[in-house]
Amino acid sequence: MTVDSQDTPNDLQNRKNLNTFTRVVSYVATRLVTLFLTVVVGIFLTIMIANMGGYVDNIMRAKIREQVLTQLVSNVGYKLMGTEDRKAMVDEAVAIEEQRIGLNTPFIVRSFRYLGNALKLDLGNALFMTADSGSRQVRLILLERLPYTLLLMGVSQFCLFFFSVFIALNLSRKYGGFWDKVTIALSPTSSAPPWFYGIFLILIFAAVLRVLPFSGLVDSPPPDNKWLYTLSLLKHLILPAGSLIISGFFLSIYTWRTFFLIYSSEDYVEMAKAKGVVDRDIERRYILRPTLPNIVTSFALTLIGIWTGATITETVFIWPGLGRSLYSAIGLYDVPVIVGNTIIFAYLLAITVFVLDIVYVLIDPRVKVGR
Amino acid sequence: MKTAKRIFKEMLRYPSAVIGLVMIFILLVIAVYAMITIPYSQAIALWRGGEEVWYQNPKLVPPAWFNWFSKEKSPESFVINSSTGDYQRIVDVKSDGSSLITMTYTFDFQYDDFPQDMMLYLKSTYQEKKPFLSIAWMTPSGEQVRVGDMILDSSSTYRFSQDEKLKLKLEGVDPQVALFLNEDQTNSAPEKGKYQVILSAVAWEPESTVDAEFVMHGQVYGLAGTDIYRRDLRIALLWGVPVALAFGLLAALGTSVLTMVFAAIGAWYDGWVDGLIQRITEVNLVLPFLSILVMVGTFYSRSIWVILGVSVLLSIFTGQIKSLRAAFMQVKESTYIEAAKAYGASNRRLILMYLIPRMIPTLIPGLVSSVPAFVFLEASLAVLGLGDPTLPTWGKLINDAFVNGALYKGQYYWILEPAVLLMFTGLAFALLGFALDRIFNPRLREA
Repeated sequence: MTVDSQDTPNDLQNRKNLNTFTRVVSYVATRLVTLFLTVVVGIFLTIMIANMGGYVDNIMRAKIREQVLTQLVSNVGYKLMGTEDRKAMVDEAVAIEEQRIGLNTPFIVRSFRYLGNALKLDLGNALFMTADSGSRQVRLILLERLPYTLLLMGVSQFCLFFFSVFIALNLSRKYGGFWDKVTIALSPTSSAPPWFYGIFLILIFAAVLRVLPFSGLVDSPPPDNKWLYTLSLLKHLILPAGSLIISGFFLSIYTWRTFFLIYSSEDYVEMAKAKGVVDRDIERRYILRPTLPNIVTSFALTLIGIWTGATITETVFIWPGLGRSLYSAIGLYDVPVIVGNTIIFAYLLAITVFVLDIVYVLIDPRVKVGR
Repeated sequence: MKTAKRIFKEMLRYPSAVIGLVMIFILLVIAVYAMITIPYSQAIALWRGGEEVWYQNPKLVPPAWFNWFSKEKSPESFVINSSTGDYQRIVDVKSDGSSLITMTYTFDFQYDDFPQDMMLYLKSTYQEKKPFLSIAWMTPSGEQVRVGDMILDSSSTYRFSQDEKLKLKLEGVDPQVALFLNEDQTNSAPEKGKYQVILSAVAWEPESTVDAEFVMHGQVYGLAGTDIYRRDLRIALLWGVPVALAFGLLAALGTSVLTMVFAAIGAWYDGWVDGLIQRITEVNLVLPFLSILVMVGTFYSRSIWVILGVSVLLSIFTGQIKSLRAAFMQVKESTYIEAAKAYGASNRRLILMYLIPRMIPTLIPGLVSSVPAFVFLEASLAVLGLGDPTLPTWGKLINDAFVNGALYKGQYYWILEPAVLLMFTGLAFALLGFALDRIFNPRLREA
C-alpha cells in the first residue's frame, strides 16, 4: 500500500469523469477547427466560382457607385453642374473609391478579401430584394428567412427519423410479412425528390379535396390571435413537411430495417432471448443501441442531401425560407443574394456535420474520443 | 462474356429486374422514335415557335383521350382548308371579269360541349380593288345565320368570338355558343349534326384570288393537350425522353467511373494524394450542391451539358469514394497485384488494368440506381427556372405549368403528364438497380 493509492472510489470516479470531459472538449475543439477550415475552403471555392465571371466585383462596383451618388446628391455644387460635369465628377469619385477599396488589386488578393467578408456574410446590399423589415442588406434578408427553413426542416426531419425508426423496428420483428414486402417494393419511390411529391400533395389535398391550403406560410390576412396564427402555420406546414417526409420515408425504413435484421441475428441477441429477456428490452438494449450509429450515419447523409433539396420544395409551396429566396434571387438575377445563399447553406451543412459528429460520439462508445 | 450471361440469367429471376428492363426498353424505343420523327432542329424550332406555328391549336386544353373517360364529349380541334377536310369551292366567272367564289366548309359536330373558338384565316390577292366576303352559318336543322360581311385585305383573320356585332345579333350570347344552339331545344347543349360555313366572295379583278382556312379550337387536342402558348405538349413529352435518358445515364456513368478512378488512385498512391482526395471529399460535403449548380446556371451557362459536367464534378467526391477506397485498400493487398508488381507493371497499368476491373461489378448497381437522381436533378433545375434554354424537357413543362398556375386553375394534365413520365423513368432504373444490388451483393439477400 502506497500513499498515492489512498483515493476513495469516489475520487477515482471524479478523476475519470474529468478526464473524459477534457477529452470530449478537445475532441469537439479539433472537430470545430477542422470543420471551420473546411468551410473556409468551401466558401473560398464558392467565391472563386462566382468571381470567375467578375460577378462579385460587379457587386462591389454597384455598391460604390450607389454610395458615391448618395454622397453627391447632398452636395450643393453638384446640383448646379451640367450633366456632363456631373458624370465626370461621379466617375472620378467612383474611381478614387474603387482604388481605395482595392478593386484594381490582383484577382487573388481580391478573392481573399471577399472571402473574409463572405465568412461574415457581409455581402453588401441586394440589388432588388428587400427584407420584410425593409433593409436591403443581404445578411438581414437571409437571416430573416432562416427560421422558416429551420422550422420546416426541423419538423419534417424529426418526424421522419422517429416514424422511420419506429416502423423499421416493427417491420424487423415481422420479417418477411406483408407490410415488410410492401415497404421493400415502395423503397424505389425515394428516388424522386420532395418537390415532386409536393406537386402531387398539392394536387390531391389542395386542388381536388380542398382541405389544406395550396401554399404560403399562414392564411391571408394573418390571424391576430397568437393561437390561431400558430394553428394556421401548422396547417400550412403539413403539406411541405409531408412531402419532405414521404420522399425519404420508404428508403429510410428499408435501410434501417436491414440494419436491425443484421443486428437481431447476433449471438448475444439469441442469448438474451434464451435467458428470457422481455422483447421490449431486447429491442431497446440489444438491437437499437448497437444499430444507432449506423442509423445516424445514414440519416446524416439523407439530411445533407435534403438541405439543398428543400430549396425547390420551398419554392413549390411558396414557403418563405432560404430556398424560396434563392428562387426569387434567380428570377431577379440578384447576384449578392445568390452568393449569400450558397454561403449560408455551406454553413448549415457544416453545422449539420458537426452536430452529427458529436451525436455520433455520444451514442457510440467505441468511438474513442481524443485518442 | 460468360459472367454477363450468368448475370442476365439471374436477373430474369427477379421480377423487379424484368419490369425495370421492360420499362427502360420502352423508354429507349420512345427516345429513338422521337429523334427520328421530330429531328432535333425541328423540335427546337417547333417548341420555340409562336402563334404562326401553332395558330391551329386551342389554348390550354387537355388531351383528346380525356373524352374516353367522360360521358360528355368535348369537341376536338380540327382544320378545314383546300387540302384537308370537307371543302368545296365553286368559282363563277362573270363576263365583266369579276368572279363569285363560294367556299363551303362542312363538318360533323357530335359533341356535348361548345368549342373554344372558331376562326377563318383569309388570304386574297388583288391589284387595286379589294375582294368582298360574306360569311354564313348553316345549322343541321337548316337554319341559316348571316355571320358578317367584310372587305378582304391580303391577309386577315376573322375570329367568331371577337365579333361584337355578331354577339349583339345573337342577343349577347357568345357566338361560339349561340351558333350551336337550337332554338327549339330547351336544354343548353349544342345541336348535333352537320354544320356548314359558307363563304361567298366577290373578286372584282380577273387575277384576284380568295382563299380561306376554317379552324375550330375545340376543348381537347391531340395526344397530350396544349399549353398556354398553344404548343402541342407531345413534342416536349417525346423529346424529354432522350434528354432525360442521356442526362441521367451520362451523369451516372461519369460519376461512377470517375469516383472509382479517384478512389483507386487514392488507395494506390496513399500518402499525400490520398490525403488530398480525402480533404476534397470533406470540403465537397459542405458545398451546397444545388446552390453551386444555381450559381453556374445563372452566371455562366444554362446549357444542359455544362450543368451535366458540373453535377458530375460535384458528385465524384462524396461518401461513396470513402467506401470504395476502403474496398480498394483490401484489393491492393491481393497476391495478383503483388505478382503484377513483381514483373514490373507500371502504376497506370496496375490501377487501370488490375485494380479497377476488380471492382466494376460493385459499381454497376450503384450506377443504375443513381440514374433517377440525375433525371430528377435536371427537372429540379428546370423547376427553378434554370433549364436549358432551347431544349424541350419534362422539367421545363412542369416549370411552365407551375409558373402559369396550372394546379390552381385545374389544368392538371399539364403537370401530370411530365410528372408521370418522370416517375416512370425513375421507377424503371430504381427497380433495375434494386435487383442488381441484390445480385451483385449477395449478402443483402438474406436480410
